[in-house]
Amino acid sequence: MEIIFLTFVFVLSIFLGFELINKVPSTLHTPLMSGSNAISGITLVGALASAGSANQSLATILGTLAVAFATINVVGGYLVTDRMLAMFKKKKQGGES
Amino acid sequence: MSTEIIINLVYVASAVLFIFGLKLLGSPDTARRGNLISAAGMFIAVVVTLLDQKIIAYEYIALGIVLGALVGAVAARKVAMTGMPELVALFNGFGGLASLMVGWAALYNAGNTTFTDITILLSILIGGMTFSGSILAWGKLSEVINSAAVVFGAQRFVNALILIAIVVCSVMFCLEPAVDSPYLYAVIALALIFGVMAVLPIGGADMPVVISLLNSYSGLAACAAGFAINNNILIVAGSMVGAAGIILTNIMCKAMNRSLGHVLFSGFGAVKEATKVEGEVKPINSEDAFLILEAAQSVSFVPGYGMAVAQAQHVVRELGELLEKNGAEVTYAIHPVAGRMPGHMNVLLAEANVPYDQLVEMEDINPRIDKVDVAVVIGANDVVNPAARNDENSPIYGMPIINVDQAQTVFVLKRSMASGFSGVDNPLFFGDNTRMLFGDAKQSIAAVVAEFKT
Repeated sequence: MEIIFLTFVFVLSIFLGFELINKVPSTLHTPLMSGSNAISGITLVGALASAGSANQSLATILGTLAVAFATINVVGGYLVTDRMLAMFKKKKQGGES
Repeated sequence: MSTEIIINLVYVASAVLFIFGLKLLGSPDTARRGNLISAAGMFIAVVVTLLDQKIIAYEYIALGIVLGALVGAVAARKVAMTGMPELVALFNGFGGLASLMVGWAALYNAGNTTFTDITILLSILIGGMTFSGSILAWGKLSEVINSAAVVFGAQRFVNALILIAIVVCSVMFCLEPAVDSPYLYAVIALALIFGVMAVLPIGGADMPVVISLLNSYSGLAACAAGFAINNNILIVAGSMVGAAGIILTNIMCKAMNRSLGHVLFSGFGAVKEATKVEGEVKPINSEDAFLILEAAQSVSFVPGYGMAVAQAQHVVRELGELLEKNGAEVTYAIHPVAGRMPGHMNVLLAEANVPYDQLVEMEDINPRIDKVDVAVVIGANDVVNPAARNDENSPIYGMPIINVDQAQTVFVLKRSMASGFSGVDNPLFFGDNTRMLFGDAKQSIAAVVAEFKT
């Protein structure tokens, strides 16, 4: 049953993703990509459990490394997206810059 | 049991935040808020996961998070906007690597079913090829290694062999799953090799497709890891990213009039000999360019990757402002595949303070291109090449282009008469209404700006 349930979630999310992204204008494609890239760092959540299991096995080492890399992905991704989006400005606030 | 319920309820909330975040990314007015909301979703998901009773030691977690956050923050702050494609490629790779490791570590969980073993292998496979593919893409983009497509005769054969080997090793592993199974190491190694083989034949102007595709893979890798450890939020977030990447990939392919399969497997074919174009180019100097621009009512800039290389975006914006003051209508016409990643030019121009309502898409500018007095092509070549419309023998025939040749006058800023990235001749340079402004794009524009100011 677990399998069916997870697959159900998976299929619905794919469709949801298609619907959400289809409407993004091309002006925003780069921030969209880096922003969604940051979301893919969600794997961090999975890494936490292995890193914290404290059984000193390879699993802990793998988990810790995974936490580090996923955090780079998450923190870097969100920050750089924010930096980019802050630059998108509407016409003229006073003309000269 | 009750913490598990709390954790999952918070996951639902964070999924909702991701959805709203992505939705708000759809408009420049709300995009920044959307990104913050999505970050908040990530934050609560991470915090609530720490409540999990399986987590007993926090030292390693703290170590990993501090290290990762430092590296990520520094990279995000330091990167130049021109270097954005490389950075996104690297981040993709790290995400993939993390998913590989999460999958691998999940093997140590007791009582995995065969279905779980399969999803573990999937997360290792997708994560591994995302990682090695992204590192290669990063190398190509930052020109650490030759960015051209590498195609060799037996490529398909070799790829097929690798795929077969992957399937065989995976089956062998599932028959007798063990954390030290030699087949596990074989799958990891093969996944890494396959990632390299997948990106190797793609080069230069096709890079936007690769980045979109790798973006999609990094999401799918997270999704597979979610299956491996029975975690809903990984599946939801991962598959939304996967879908987003696939849509972008599709848009990029359409903008180049090529199928995904063609991009993935054949490199950029100089298969057919394009009709040789010959003619006389009409060079002008900055003084003449100034006189023409001064009289223009409507000016459209068409930037390409060359603008990024020359770092000309700031002088371009300055010229745009002067032209506006002079009474001209100024637009920036951006082809979907201009630059090295989707939307690359938009970001560069936004950085230079060009308001986003002046950025127009190809479909919007083409119907009224004949009313544009001067189209200024800066460092773009293939995306304005009329051979894509007229010459059936051209390798880029059928690709939608910005029809600058139909504008009243076209300025082409170019270093010299070499052909563009894909090595295709461009009849635009010999058009009656085309004027060539040779030299470094930044210096050429700066010279015109100087004329305006005197």
